[in-house]
Amino acid sequence: MKNSSNHRLAQLALQNTPVILFVVVFVVFGLLSPRFFALQTFETILKQASYIGIVAIGMTFVILTAGIDLSVGSNMYVSATVAGLVMQDFNAPVWLGLLVCLAVGVIFGGVNAFLITKVKIIPFIATLGTMVAGKGVGLLFSRSIQIPFPDSVLELGSSRLFGLVPLPIVIFVGVAIIAHLVLTMTPIGRQIYAVGNDAEAAKKAGLNVGRVLATVYIVSGLMAALGGFVSVAQQGVVHPGFGEGYEFSAIAATVLGGTSLFGGVGSVLPGTLLGAVLIQMIQTGLIFTKVDIYIQPLITAAIIFAAVLLDAFRNIQLQKLRRRNIRVEKGAPAAANAGD
Amino acid sequence: MSDVILSFENIEKSFFGVRVLKEITLGVPRGKVLGLVGENGAGKSTLMNLMGGVHAPDGGQMLLDSKPYAPRTPSDANDAGIAFIHQELNLFTNLSIAENIFIDGFPRMRWLPLLNRRHMRARTQQFLDAVELDVAPDTLVEKLSPGERQLAEIAKALSFDARIIIFDEPTTSLTARETERLFRLIDRLRSDGASIIYISHILPDVLRLADEIAVLRDGELVAHGQTSEFTINRMISLMVGRAIEQLYPERSAAPTATPVLEVQGVSQRGIVEAIDFTLHKGEILGVFGLMGSGRSELARILFGLDDHERGQISVAGKPYARPSARRSIDAGMAFVTENRRDEGLLMDISIAENIGLVALPHYAAASAGAVKEGRYYDQIGGVAESLAIKSGNIRQQAVKTLSGGNQQKTVIGKWLLDKPSVLIVDEPTRGVDVGAKYEIYSILNDLAADGAGILFISSELEELMGVCDRMLVMSNGEIQAVFDRSAFDKERILRAAFRENG
Repeated sequence: MKNSSNHRLAQLALQNTPVILFVVVFVVFGLLSPRFFALQTFETILKQASYIGIVAIGMTFVILTAGIDLSVGSNMYVSATVAGLVMQDFNAPVWLGLLVCLAVGVIFGGVNAFLITKVKIIPFIATLGTMVAGKGVGLLFSRSIQIPFPDSVLELGSSRLFGLVPLPIVIFVGVAIIAHLVLTMTPIGRQIYAVGNDAEAAKKAGLNVGRVLATVYIVSGLMAALGGFVSVAQQGVVHPGFGEGYEFSAIAATVLGGTSLFGGVGSVLPGTLLGAVLIQMIQTGLIFTKVDIYIQPLITAAIIFAAVLLDAFRNIQLQKLRRRNIRVEKGAPAAANAGD
Repeated sequence: MSDVILSFENIEKSFFGVRVLKEITLGVPRGKVLGLVGENGAGKSTLMNLMGGVHAPDGGQMLLDSKPYAPRTPSDANDAGIAFIHQELNLFTNLSIAENIFIDGFPRMRWLPLLNRRHMRARTQQFLDAVELDVAPDTLVEKLSPGERQLAEIAKALSFDARIIIFDEPTTSLTARETERLFRLIDRLRSDGASIIYISHILPDVLRLADEIAVLRDGELVAHGQTSEFTINRMISLMVGRAIEQLYPERSAAPTATPVLEVQGVSQRGIVEAIDFTLHKGEILGVFGLMGSGRSELARILFGLDDHERGQISVAGKPYARPSARRSIDAGMAFVTENRRDEGLLMDISIAENIGLVALPHYAAASAGAVKEGRYYDQIGGVAESLAIKSGNIRQQAVKTLSGGNQQKTVIGKWLLDKPSVLIVDEPTRGVDVGAKYEIYSILNDLAADGAGILFISSELEELMGVCDRMLVMSNGEIQAVFDRSAFDKERILRAAFRENG
């Protein structure tokens, strides 16, 4: 290392990208538009970030194992459609509707898990397939017609806990806390990190890698369904295009939150929570600062791209540190383990 | 209790029809250190992999405490109290030491499904104390040095009460201080009653640590006894002492004095240091070294696949500053890699296309970049014929259907089309049967006779002695000695490779 203090600073920046990005974006938009600092604005951002955030939490589980779930958008559509139909056609109460929604999401995730762990299809292709198939199944149920949710759901979606915090935000934060506890404090959570770090070593250590992978895709399915329900509870209807492109937003939120696409590195708290809010903040901020509506997607994409670039950069740095040394330099400690 | 904790009885193992272990019968002494030595490929790792549950023997049996022992997975071996400290450590760098130790059996809290971190920490601290690793149990493994990681791995072995601990080349990435600490730990583990198998190429270390020594050669146990019966000289003679069975083609031409590849002071921190040599037209120059000596890494640097910090490489008298694989090829260099499956061949496409791959740009028509098929396939056919690749239709048959020897010939063939002036071959005969070996030697011989300079890297000393004009011996990333063909002497060369020439 020629310049170790610079190096350490770079390292620190690489490790805390989400927080730095968050602060920078917040301050920049605030300076450009003072209204941006209003509490009301922040509440709106959080509320709109909640459903993508919930989906992104599930996505975080998957990406931590170096996998990907492209089917979450379709999953949101199918599970919300089935729930809407159950409530509309059978007059099912809201709690039953929610339960059906979550059950469909779990089954959807279970199909992904089966394809990936038993049929051994790589996650990208498996979930690309279920993304298309899932959408088809949803349209089969809905016949491409809008499915309205009962008013009671809409009321629930706009209600506040203790008349203070909007319910979607409460659910989002609650789910984030539970997910954080699962990832950091339970055996399966730590095993998810282990599998993402080195699946081969995990096998050698006696872990049931298939079970760990199945778990993350089922969790992702469950979160997609819950996120979908929370979203529809704010809009009132499931339109035929519902969920399209959400897989991209969820992946982007996860990566912006500092979770590495190479697996093993990342967090829900603060990571994905920040990432989801950050994406929504950028979109809201661009509207506030009256940026040309056709430029807006480009800016959003540029920021996401920068985050992915940083992730790749971080990985290259790590690999350099891990490069094996075969010579024992006198006096200097060898930097990596050897193998032939 | 008998003096033997684990015994191998008539163990047989073959890979792809090659016998790797031949009727091995060996007892691992209880509560002692058994040093296991042998040349590369003598069967040491295979024997240990049988113990560790990585492979199953084809014949014979293992007895653990006089009871049959047949592990099917590494976790079976762990459950039986056998820990295998691999050269490449199996730790999760993104987790803490404590999490690594408990990864497949986390302690939980009484009422909640959460980890009992306090219990984990306390237990881990005990193991860390036992291995004298002075870091907190919650330290992430990525923050540890290679030596500390190894101690963490040993701590993990202690956590499941390992009774037999296998160390495979444990000191290759350690500093002198870390090595000394490891040796003290091994001594202490032994006095605590653990049985230890210590595999190493560093013979003085084996003499210092082991109570008993076993020597393997070509899959056979050639000696086993008390350490007092052994000297370094005796171990080396035992390891190599076989009559040459393989035949080598006569060298058909003598090397010239024209340099084709000049290497001056090439260094890369932690990899190679001050490499100097000259390869001449028509010469076959051998590079010998033990595992981890830097021989393959040097080849990658020379060909421009990896960087070097200092030094100069000249091809045909012309130096080039920033080597890259493409530039090396343009300068007339060719590289047959050690790992043909991953690096050298496209397994699913045809033999002809693989052979044509490197030279393809030269067969493009000037105007549109389309390949002139007629001449292209004529030339490829010529190469395949000269290599005597045994196949049906070279334009249709995929490379993966070929035998190892014929695959290797295909790899060499793809460079022949380009008529290289410098050919680097790294372990070209690994996993190849005797007949195909002879053919590969002949091809190298013919190429040298046609004026190419050949750098022949191998861990098989005998083939280098049979084929080369000169030999460089590498160890610790440096050239330790250079031998002319007339001065080839197995013991002297091995001594140089083991750095026992002082």
